[in-house]
Amino acid sequence: MFAPLLSSKLMIVLVFGTLFGLILGVLPGLGPTTGGALILPFTMTLDPLSAIVLLTAIYCSATYGGAITAVLINTPGTPAAAATCLDGYPLAQKGEAGRALGMATVSSTIGGIFSVIVLVFFAPLLAQLAYEFGQPEYFALAIFGLTMLASIGEGSPIKNLIAGAFGILISTIGKDFMTSIERFTYGINELSEGIGFIPVVVGLFAISEMLTQSTLLDQIFKRVALKAVKLPSLSDYKKTWKTILRSSGIGSFIGVLPAEGGTVASLIGYSEAKRWSKNPEEFGKGSVEGIAGAEAANNAATGGAMVPTLALGIPGSATTAVILTGLIIHGVRPGPDLFREQPDFLYGIFGSMLIANILFFIFGFFGAKLFARITLVPNRLLWPMIFAVSVCGTYSLSQSMLDVWIMLFFGVIGFFMRRYGFSVVPVIIGLILGELVEGTLRQSLVIFEGNWFMFFTRPIVVIFFILSLIALIFPLLRRKKLND
Amino acid sequence: MNNVQKQKRANKSLPFFFKDEFKVSFVIIFISVTLLISTFTFDIVPPILNRGIQPATFPKGLLFLIIILTSIVYYLSIKNPWKIKKKLPNSFFLTMISFVLFVVVSKTLDFFLAISFLSIFISFCWGERRVFYLIVVSIIFPIIVFIFFETILGLRFPPGIITNIYYQV
Repeated sequence: MFAPLLSSKLMIVLVFGTLFGLILGVLPGLGPTTGGALILPFTMTLDPLSAIVLLTAIYCSATYGGAITAVLINTPGTPAAAATCLDGYPLAQKGEAGRALGMATVSSTIGGIFSVIVLVFFAPLLAQLAYEFGQPEYFALAIFGLTMLASIGEGSPIKNLIAGAFGILISTIGKDFMTSIERFTYGINELSEGIGFIPVVVGLFAISEMLTQSTLLDQIFKRVALKAVKLPSLSDYKKTWKTILRSSGIGSFIGVLPAEGGTVASLIGYSEAKRWSKNPEEFGKGSVEGIAGAEAANNAATGGAMVPTLALGIPGSATTAVILTGLIIHGVRPGPDLFREQPDFLYGIFGSMLIANILFFIFGFFGAKLFARITLVPNRLLWPMIFAVSVCGTYSLSQSMLDVWIMLFFGVIGFFMRRYGFSVVPVIIGLILGELVEGTLRQSLVIFEGNWFMFFTRPIVVIFFILSLIALIFPLLRRKKLND
Repeated sequence: MNNVQKQKRANKSLPFFFKDEFKVSFVIIFISVTLLISTFTFDIVPPILNRGIQPATFPKGLLFLIIILTSIVYYLSIKNPWKIKKKLPNSFFLTMISFVLFVVVSKTLDFFLAISFLSIFISFCWGERRVFYLIVVSIIFPIIVFIFFETILGLRFPPGIITNIYYQV
């Protein structure tokens, strides 16, 4: 598994990716998705394996990095660390910031490694299953992936579906890939090739976040001092080992579900930790079980989310959508064939994720204090610099100013979407899955000679449709129950 | 009565077309209907070349779906009104203005100058007053980014006052 990683170049990429991911994770507003999108243009100078190793290392370490800010300034560095704030900050306020971060570091590492094991075993199995899939099955699978958007953490289920449909609509801009007829181009030649993924991602995540930060200038963070990260004591391990294992399982499972990611995983991991705890009254007041439950789950979701991404080409989360784009722009087509034709490449990814989890443990343990200092860089200096990188990175892909305008346009749209409760993640997933949905639908209709009812004659399609129905109804029922 | 209660009461007395729920739903439906109309201008493929469905059918279906879902969101908001949003601060509008200026400067003068200009403008508007840091953000950092992209990625930036000087040197 580690053979492809024996080159010094890959190790340098891995170390850089882990460090860069930690910085991204620590800075509120940035995170693995935005960071991955920002660094994607730079990966064009690398070979495919190095590029994906860099992106996966960022994914793993940024997910953990969010915990540092969550514990020390009560602001999640990434959305996935939101649940960590609930107990991490109160424990830090009691003068035990080192203990809180130690627990977060250990549980994140265990969760991350657990999920890589899940990835190594389940991705090939899923890929093998996908050999049975034809166009109709892929269509049903993509629909299932899209309906799962209804249940992602942020936003209401219906608003998420609107955002998902908007993402698919963006993917229809340009020449129709089957007939070459132009759609929504309005005479702009540059639009005939469609809208690039990077301008939309950078706009929706980085630029919209910049606009959000412009509304939060009067925000004051209360920082808790950190002396050093402390490894959990034996009694802490005794108290939390079951929680860590349970949350690792939950996180990996939720990660595998299309479109779900670390945020949902950490919330469920946290609530399950509370439900099973012998001391539920301690939750919210600095419980180490709470920290372990949330952190193991969100890092376990990283490996889980890579399962559908690599085996089926369906992103398991927003960040894996960026990784999927990285694979595609480097000419690697995820899916069952990848497992048959390029096993070395895949094992390189698995191995790099495993090493990234160990690396962020080392960097987190020895360098958390240093990384925490990065949050001292004021937004008024940080965001103009991020803007410069965003603009140049977006321009660099096809050396087109239109991409820059598109990025700014989606930045403004993303800001208003978030302001009115629409998550931007479904737009990205919709954009990624759009071509697959339309392509497989149309090819299926060709196979079925235009008879839509033929979909229901395929058992796997029916199963995915039933799952899609459940994915749609469940969040609505849950919301209704909560409202009642 | 606190500010939120005051705002809630004020919001209740607002006519429906001033409420966020209506404004957002209206904008989404208006844009969707406009796009839906434009799909009728797409070319139609002759039956012999048509594979499955017409190129306009899929976007039409999506736009119908968006309109229906938005109508449901609006209907639900009548029962459960949305949370009242805080007014956007001036710094937001200044940032938006800086985007417009960025577009104007990069189109008329220079791409690099536009980045520099936006960086100093935003940094200043967001409260930075130390000249050294303003220089770092607006000149030194963009130069580093510019050189990095130009030398490592082999990027050629669009022509402009400063870019032309750089390429001539």
